[in-house]
Amino acid sequence: MNKIIILFAAIVTLGFMAFTNHSGGVYKTNTGNINFFSHTAVEDITADNHKVKTAFDAETGKLQFSVLIKDFEFPKALMQEHFNENYMESTTYPKSTFTGTIDKMSAVNLAKDGTYKSPITGKLTMKDVTKDVSTMATFVVKGGIVNAKATFTVNPTDYHIVIPKTVAAKISNEIKVSVDADYTHAH
Amino acid sequence: MKKSLFFFILLATTKLCIAQDFDLLDEPELETTDYATATFKTNRVVNGHSIETVAKNEFDFKISHRFGFLSGGPYDMFGLDQATMRIGGDYGITDNLNVGLGRSTVDKTYDGFVKYKFLKQSTGLKTMPLTATWISHMGITTLKWPQPNRDNYFSSRLHYTHQLLIARKFTEGLSIQLSPTLVHKNIVDSTKFKNDILSLGLGVRQKLTSRTTLNLEYYYVLPNQLEEDKTNVLSVGFDIETGGHVFQLFFTNSSGPFEKAFITDTKAKWLDGDIRFGFNIARVFNF
Repeated sequence: MNKIIILFAAIVTLGFMAFTNHSGGVYKTNTGNINFFSHTAVEDITADNHKVKTAFDAETGKLQFSVLIKDFEFPKALMQEHFNENYMESTTYPKSTFTGTIDKMSAVNLAKDGTYKSPITGKLTMKDVTKDVSTMATFVVKGGIVNAKATFTVNPTDYHIVIPKTVAAKISNEIKVSVDADYTHAH
Repeated sequence: MKKSLFFFILLATTKLCIAQDFDLLDEPELETTDYATATFKTNRVVNGHSIETVAKNEFDFKISHRFGFLSGGPYDMFGLDQATMRIGGDYGITDNLNVGLGRSTVDKTYDGFVKYKFLKQSTGLKTMPLTATWISHMGITTLKWPQPNRDNYFSSRLHYTHQLLIARKFTEGLSIQLSPTLVHKNIVDSTKFKNDILSLGLGVRQKLTSRTTLNLEYYYVLPNQLEEDKTNVLSVGFDIETGGHVFQLFFTNSSGPFEKAFITDTKAKWLDGDIRFGFNIARVFNF
């Protein structure tokens, strides 16, 4: 009987340890920023999303993003409507996600204020199309807040975003995506 | 026994590790209000207004044409030899409050309106099944007096239209609008006819592709209000959106590009082939 109790206690403690012993834990935010910028000779188009959900695991370096397409804000209301209705079809494909890793997590010392760099690799999913994305991210640790910044480019046609010939001159096929998020320790 | 238990512990702990590692964003979604957008491509169904308003500080410049009858045949180039037109625009004071002005060749009419969207269809945190917009128009006819020797009053030139526009976007493609409408004419030809004319508008839009829609619009005028030669207006058209512009191409039996004219002055009948081709071109400018 005693043995069983000890074993049971062991299971619970070990389980609990497994749950918490990620020394760094998880860092999160629900108010990350993503900006995209399309530059052509005719027109510059830009939009911001300030409601980006993102988290990373400080031990494994696993990194995730979840973005609601409808939350992108454009300076022109009509552009926003066309972005959702015609290009992203956000009712059918409401979310875009990124799942990847911070490849040199060990190089980022979350316990010490400073600036660190690490490559990021992972998979970006938009409109049900998944593509590999890689970039370099800069981490600025200050007072427990981890600011991460990264940019990369996407080609709309890769994600089945159809651009009619009549507006092709106004929309770049290299859209610059800038990510800027302030992570705080979650657990 | 001991071995199997040890194995079990190992299994349990690894499983916990994986479970935690699997989805970092695993938490209940915050419920938000999701508003229906683009119930119609533009703020007109065909002739009449839709519930849509232009956004704050945006000016929607509109040029509308209605040509002659298709039944005019090749001699009239199927109606293209004659045209009535309106030039005007809608301006967004706020996202929901719009004002507009226009000038039509029909009876040399100036028109103005105030339009306010007071309900927005939404799901989620706030649920609202319909979008509703109120619009009040005023028109001033500036034709020379037919009998200049009579006592003519300026007020005789005025007419008003009030509409409650109620719409629902049923699916991504299908939207339906009902428009109870009151037209008031300050002067009518005879005491036999009403100054206040009640009608009910129906608008249907079905998306064909992400950039084109099929629109149908019908105004039913309640009986015993108008002269006997008047008929109800029926219009069928397409919206084609090209990015900066919305082109509305349609067939209708009315030549009137403003409410009083197409609801209460339409005489031509579809069944007689008295159908007109027409178009609205809309271009939005930002300030």
